[in-house]
Amino acid sequence: MDDPTGPTLQLTPDEQSMLDGEQGDGIAMAMRVVVGLARVHEAPRLVKIESAHIDGCLFHGQSGLDFASRLVDLGATVRVPTTLNVGSIDLLHPGTVRNQTPAEQEVSIGGRALMEAYLAMGARATWTCAPYQLDARPGLGVNVAWAESNAIAFCNSVLGARTDRYGDFLDICAAITGRAPFAGLHTDEARLGDVLVDVTAIPDRVLRGDLAGPLLGYLVGSRVGTSNPVLIGMPSETSEDTLKAFGAAAASSGGVAMFHVVGVTPEAATVDIAFGGRSPTETITLTSDDLVQARRELTTASDGRLDVVSVGTPHASIDEIAHLAALLEDGPEMASGVDFYVSTGRSVWALAQQRGHRDVLEAYGIRVVTDTCTYVTSILRPQAQVAMTNSGKWAHYAPGNLGVDVVMASLRECVESARAGRVVIDDDELR
Amino acid sequence: MTTSSADAASRMPLSAVPLHAGHASGTVLHLDTPLSFWGGTDHHGTIIDAHHPQRGQSVTGRVLVMRAGRGSSSSSYVLAEQLRQQCGPAAIVLAERDAIVVLGAIVARELYGSDMPVALVTAEELAELPTGLAVTVDCSTDHGSVTLPD
Repeated sequence: MDDPTGPTLQLTPDEQSMLDGEQGDGIAMAMRVVVGLARVHEAPRLVKIESAHIDGCLFHGQSGLDFASRLVDLGATVRVPTTLNVGSIDLLHPGTVRNQTPAEQEVSIGGRALMEAYLAMGARATWTCAPYQLDARPGLGVNVAWAESNAIAFCNSVLGARTDRYGDFLDICAAITGRAPFAGLHTDEARLGDVLVDVTAIPDRVLRGDLAGPLLGYLVGSRVGTSNPVLIGMPSETSEDTLKAFGAAAASSGGVAMFHVVGVTPEAATVDIAFGGRSPTETITLTSDDLVQARRELTTASDGRLDVVSVGTPHASIDEIAHLAALLEDGPEMASGVDFYVSTGRSVWALAQQRGHRDVLEAYGIRVVTDTCTYVTSILRPQAQVAMTNSGKWAHYAPGNLGVDVVMASLRECVESARAGRVVIDDDELR
Repeated sequence: MTTSSADAASRMPLSAVPLHAGHASGTVLHLDTPLSFWGGTDHHGTIIDAHHPQRGQSVTGRVLVMRAGRGSSSSSYVLAEQLRQQCGPAAIVLAERDAIVVLGAIVARELYGSDMPVALVTAEELAELPTGLAVTVDCSTDHGSVTLPD
């Protein structure tokens, strides 16, 4: 039995004043939520946060809209810079999300109202699951409150900023109060490595390829669950896009919210620093064979049929869009039966237009999705049965969410397959 | 041991840590494995997780006893949605501090006046709450208990 008289939550006078309603009913409601969660976590105090990223904008039902609308009605506004995750509709490309069935219409209407409610509270219309690709991002040691599992993993691991695993409801309440429970990954102890993952046996060329991130992430997440993995053997110049793909897959297949890559991520200059001097609870050694096996596990389609390609989960970075444009440019046309989607944030897409990538993508019939994503709402045509993706996260969720079979592939394989009109993959990329 | 655990529970209220205040009576549904409300139950309170041993049973109006919830933070959303439609559990008794479950309860109270308590007991005490037992769960900010009504 926990000791009910154990650590009690201490609030500052300002925090108590928020809770008591002296700063408005909306702030008081948000503070009740933050304090309620702090008690569950046995947090000794709250921590001031410097920014927030909100994942409450996807429409799952009336209660989410009721919650945001109540906060708006009570006059709540965010008190720290706040970015917004994807919504249920693409505001820039109105025809992208289907709007025919009653269920689709409910999501369309409710989803738009939900997005508007979050804007009304003063959050920025970023609509991206990759807030770390935006102009301002938090630095090492800064406390923030971020929701969306891939953003949480990137924030903690790659930026070294500190957020616990926040989700719907708590995220906006943290933004409104500027506070979060001092618990979990806000504390030094919880950020240390648990499990050592040795990838030195995998050739450097493979680790630099774009399948390394999603496949390693899938494998590591499956093995470590919610523990903190520490990778050794990754190239020192491992890109943020590889780290993004790794974290997104590891957060989906397990529940990883913090990982270290020795010599790459900011809290892992050495193995010893990453583990805080402790010994690993376990050591996992991964090989090229494991990568091949991981691709097989994520691939549910069995023949060569291909209906759709979806890349950009999490949202494609400007480098990934440039890579796609380079693979397309001066090559043959895409096969007529294959729809090719790229999901990205509206700010990255604006940059892509400035740099001329839009013209290339449009010339090859690539469908660009902003503000939302192809696996969370009705975008793919209903007849689509087999989808190819370069995302471990998309491969993990799409079969359940969309009822499609999936083929896991590199970006180059995605383009080659879309041109051929059938699945073209080569496991030699992984050896 | 000649006394069954249910009899033991009937004689003495279990002291519980209150994770969320509320008061409710109902019949226990003791889940053999943790449940994810998101993907594991529908908006009407029926367990739909194909891999869950209690698939097809309804949590509506029951005192849901389980070690912990499981899975996505969207489970808060689904629990709040069930409580909105008055088809959520009457109370939840856990053996782990599950923030996602409590968040759903907090939101449902804020929005819909739900009075569903969430109580924390030990794993051993959890085992003393078998399916079918009629219990009352009472949680204030400071104290919690699970008792058999007279």
